Amino acid sequence: MAITQKTLSNHGRTQPAADDPVWLRMLMILTTFAFISAFLILPIVVIFMEAFQDGVSAYLASFKDPAGLQAIKLTVIATGISVPLNIVFGLAASWAIAKFEFRGKSLLITLIDLPFAVSPIISGLIYVLMFGMQGWLGPWLAENDLKIIFAVPGIVLATIFVTFPFVARELIPLMQEQGSDEEQAAISLGASGLQTFWRVTIPNINWGLLYGVILCNARAMGEFGAVSVVSGHIRGKTNTMPLHIEILYNEYNVVAAFAMASILAMLGAVTLVLKSLLEWKVRQQRSETLEPTAAEAI
Amino acid sequence: MSICVKNISKTFGSYHALKNVNLEVEDGELIALLGPSGSGKTTLLRIIAGLEIADDDGRGEIHFRGQNVAHQRVGERQVGFVFQHYALFKHMSVIENIAFGLRVRPQETRPSKSEILRKANELLRLIQLEGYGNRFPAQLSGGQRQRVALARALAIEPRVLLLDEPFGALDAKVRQGLRSWLRRLHNELKMTTILVTHDQEEALEVADRVVVMNQATIEQVGTPAEVFHSPASEFVMDFLGNVNVFRGRVEQGRAVWGNGTVDVPNLMSRISGQANVYIRPHELKLSRSLNGSAGVAARVNRINPAGSYAKVVVTPKDGADIQVDLPFEQFLELNLQCGDEVYVTPQKIRVFSPEYEI
Repeated sequence: MAITQKTLSNHGRTQPAADDPVWLRMLMILTTFAFISAFLILPIVVIFMEAFQDGVSAYLASFKDPAGLQAIKLTVIATGISVPLNIVFGLAASWAIAKFEFRGKSLLITLIDLPFAVSPIISGLIYVLMFGMQGWLGPWLAENDLKIIFAVPGIVLATIFVTFPFVARELIPLMQEQGSDEEQAAISLGASGLQTFWRVTIPNINWGLLYGVILCNARAMGEFGAVSVVSGHIRGKTNTMPLHIEILYNEYNVVAAFAMASILAMLGAVTLVLKSLLEWKVRQQRSETLEPTAAEAI
Repeated sequence: MSICVKNISKTFGSYHALKNVNLEVEDGELIALLGPSGSGKTTLLRIIAGLEIADDDGRGEIHFRGQNVAHQRVGERQVGFVFQHYALFKHMSVIENIAFGLRVRPQETRPSKSEILRKANELLRLIQLEGYGNRFPAQLSGGQRQRVALARALAIEPRVLLLDEPFGALDAKVRQGLRSWLRRLHNELKMTTILVTHDQEEALEVADRVVVMNQATIEQVGTPAEVFHSPASEFVMDFLGNVNVFRGRVEQGRAVWGNGTVDVPNLMSRISGQANVYIRPHELKLSRSLNGSAGVAARVNRINPAGSYAKVVVTPKDGADIQVDLPFEQFLELNLQCGDEVYVTPQKIRVFSPEYEI
């Protein structure tokens, strides 16, 4: 093979019939790179350039603003609540879909995708219509002195809604592929439901689950639209990082805005690295499931 | 009586998987549930295991050694279940797989760590996979995996061993080897075993008794010799090996064959009427001339002499092809060629439920 290729390149113009001409390939590759540079890499570079335009000390100083610190704290709280809850919901939903047959299953699968299909603004508005002062439950909530809209609970609810599909969508195909044979085997060997879950189900889906959690986490931290509607933008109280960035930017506080943005950008970078690592790991696991090593004689 | 199944029915929606099935399995017996796919054999096995619940019509009972287990969950029944696709725990090594059933026991009944390890190693020896303890299922061949699955099931010292098409996913050669290995193992352990298979050869070779199932019911229960040589129904006759079926007549309890009649030993009454006549290929004889016995004239159509029998296909003047398995010496003696005229004489013939005629 190597020899053939060498001969071909020596001849220069000879080409495998199915290959596109070199100039076309180069054009395609260059276009793609140019596009990615202009639309993806350049903005990230700009974020860091803007953040550091007045030097490192100015960059660090921007994190001393109490409102900024509060925004980081709120983001961590919203993420810290919504991600674990969505792990539970996602596990429950994918378990139900992959291991049981029931009516309305396809409807449930569609519903899980709903947050992807609906604009985040609409998701936020739904909560305002439900819990807001003019909403269905608004008067009752006000009577009982419960605040959901323009408060932390609303932000958490909106984040949960928007990030719901990530874990479930990652787990459903994985669990469907694995079926429930191993669980049945575990139960027939005398394992309890919990033992089966922790010792058989979870180890089989751990990488897929982690992958879903990372995507869910990234979205939870970065969510803007839905949270923006329910938050009310009360400075130092109901601003998450993305909302705070917008406020800072609108106030022409460029350094602080981009400093905050740089944290989200770094989170994105970390997510991407973890995601590629896990994708590689999950692929490995799946190929083990699908292609058992060639059978030798017994 | 080790296992006793009474009046078990199972429906999935409007589909009847089992209709009022009764079965008794003796202690230490290896029994095979044999039938085509959709006959209900796997459902019956899963109901015995407790992986499936029979219809709650108030009549169904399952007894293990006299104890009704119908309302026990699968884990409480102490059954060793072996799945068709092994269902080994992928993330555990071979030894961990085997030890699983002991490790998940509640603390009061769980053996010590060293005891569990000792037992797992003993089972590893039993399945002839010593030195494979640290491998993972993905590193084993199909036959090896199925043996690990068997050891894992045996580790919990089950009261019954239930095997669901255990060799179904293996290729023919491996299957043959595992089959005789399983039979030897059973002779050694004497554990009550129920094996589900759709392969009649496997059932006849391995089992003490064979349960032939069809369309959610049991057609016949008997030793391999009984079900093969005295099938109780057309289905059993047809399912266990090749058979020629003729549309014919019965006169006074004898089947009409060419210019004469032939005795039908399994037909009790001296009735007459239209009937389906069943003859196995090896129960037919070919001859060059008729010596007073009843025979049908036919032309030799195809000859396949590769095998312990010569497979000959003959075509009568007014009928469908007939398969004849001739012992090799006879085949050489007759010196058959394609196109030869021969007479076909049955040696043994069966008629099931002739249509009565008044």
